[in-house]
Amino acid sequence: MEKILFKYIDVPDQYKIDTYIRNGGYRALPKALKEHTPDELIEMVKKSGLRGRGGAGFPAGLKWSFVPKDSPKPRFLLCNADEGEPGTFKDRALIENDPHQLLEGIIIASYAIGAHRAFIYIRGEFAFGAKRLEGAIQECYQKGYLGKNILGSGFDLDLDVHRGGGAYICGEETSLMESVEGERANPRLKPPFPASVGLYRNPTVINNVETLSNVPHIVLNGGEWYANIGMPKSTGTKIFSLSGHVDKPGNYELPMGVTLRELIFEHGGGIKDNRKLKAVIPGGVSTPVLTAELLDVKMDFESLYEAGSLLGSGATIVMDETTCMVKVAYRISKFFEHESCGKCVPCREGTRWIRQIMERIENGKGREQDLDLLRDICANIAGNTVCPMGDAAVIPITSTIEKFRDEYEYHIKHKKCMVDLGERFV
Amino acid sequence: MLSDSTQKRIAELKRKFPEKRSAILPAMHVVLEEVGFYNRDILKQVAELLDLSEMEVAEVVSFYTYFPKQGVGKYHIQVCTNVSCMLLGAEQLVGYLEDKLKIKVGETTSDGLFTLSAVECLGSCGTAPVMQINQTYYENLTKDRVNQIIEELKKGKET
Repeated sequence: MEKILFKYIDVPDQYKIDTYIRNGGYRALPKALKEHTPDELIEMVKKSGLRGRGGAGFPAGLKWSFVPKDSPKPRFLLCNADEGEPGTFKDRALIENDPHQLLEGIIIASYAIGAHRAFIYIRGEFAFGAKRLEGAIQECYQKGYLGKNILGSGFDLDLDVHRGGGAYICGEETSLMESVEGERANPRLKPPFPASVGLYRNPTVINNVETLSNVPHIVLNGGEWYANIGMPKSTGTKIFSLSGHVDKPGNYELPMGVTLRELIFEHGGGIKDNRKLKAVIPGGVSTPVLTAELLDVKMDFESLYEAGSLLGSGATIVMDETTCMVKVAYRISKFFEHESCGKCVPCREGTRWIRQIMERIENGKGREQDLDLLRDICANIAGNTVCPMGDAAVIPITSTIEKFRDEYEYHIKHKKCMVDLGERFV
Repeated sequence: MLSDSTQKRIAELKRKFPEKRSAILPAMHVVLEEVGFYNRDILKQVAELLDLSEMEVAEVVSFYTYFPKQGVGKYHIQVCTNVSCMLLGAEQLVGYLEDKLKIKVGETTSDGLFTLSAVECLGSCGTAPVMQINQTYYENLTKDRVNQIIEELKKGKET
């Protein structure tokens, strides 16, 4: 299958506007501005079936259509480039290597929702990416793709890069808005949804980098074209970030619905050093772990849900037979403890308790009743927090206990790991 | 504490946003770039430049872990220790750096050159193990590569 987003990802100069244009870029923008009304563009994206690539998979066109048409307030478009879900590194590639593809998507999306001000919220660590975006934005202003009266259409848009400060929670859309507003990034209760009460209390659409990067291609080729790629309800391609114990880790753009087996063995070169596959986390650390028997699962929103997991951000973390699942879960528990923003008590206290219990199990001090205790704490966090991070923190624990209970029991009984990762840094 | 040009850059940020508070994080990035750390005096100055109270700035900045406080070395080594890097030996990488620099995680070498931190996912899992030194990523690390990077920095090479 021909790549859509990654077609020119390896072209060294693709980040420069002239190269991007030479490779067919900025053809969708004049088409969108001159041949389509905003409503037509929203319909086109609805028809394409494009769903949010940040993790939740919400239909993008529908999200755009929620912006009230009659509101006199200014509207905002926010691009979520706060890529922080462990295992995910696709947006970074899109930002660094093909920033104009993203910018073209942002300008079209802003036109579709009637926004004249847009921000790209990029995680603080991506200093290089931020620089690339700032350079690309400058080029756009010079060429008249940003600023006043874009390409003579009468449409104005100003776009800025806004750098974060190392907080995972900012990937959650309401926390992201708090952060742009210069607040501690505590999530907001929904409703009201950002489409009506968002940034500076104005109508706001927040879309992920990969989602927006798809938009120029949909405008050029039509919604139907896109809807015919991938699966009926998970359309288009997906960039899978493959990491862990595979021979060729990296980003792979493949149609939605590709099997996990094809991703790991055909594209990723199989398991490193010919070891045996033990488990896979298919969508970033907050998605339920899959056992090796589920290799033929299709990688799309519906199929992974049916298999008891989630597509999330498409971050596929592969673990071989030498991986201790208790250690993995313990590491993830440390992450969520560190990243809990502190707003909701169940998450703030619960993630700390989980980490403490996981730490004692990992260190050979686990107690027989600890698994029940963990289950109890998890049950009291899930569903009891303002944002989805509470659920995210619980999933790695409950799913590893469910699928690898024997490893937990071994840990508690024998006070050590069942398996040893060995020397990996050489 | 902040140079005239830094102060000018921060003051200009205030006009960039619909609300001046939005300029706090961008201002801290300017501080990080030009000073490398912050302390109470700097926060006070940033607050004045943005026409905010010191507490308004401090309460926001303290939420974000990316901005180091005064006391960090010239080179801040941040090793990713999250799952994908852990699977490829991040713990051993941290141990190797501890031995090499003769400091523990969270400490700074006596010459003030290196601070070692263990951090969460840097979004570079396909090139694990990974570390960030100041603003630069170093990927696909091996012992040889780490030796080379540290030696070059000791000789004064820019990150």
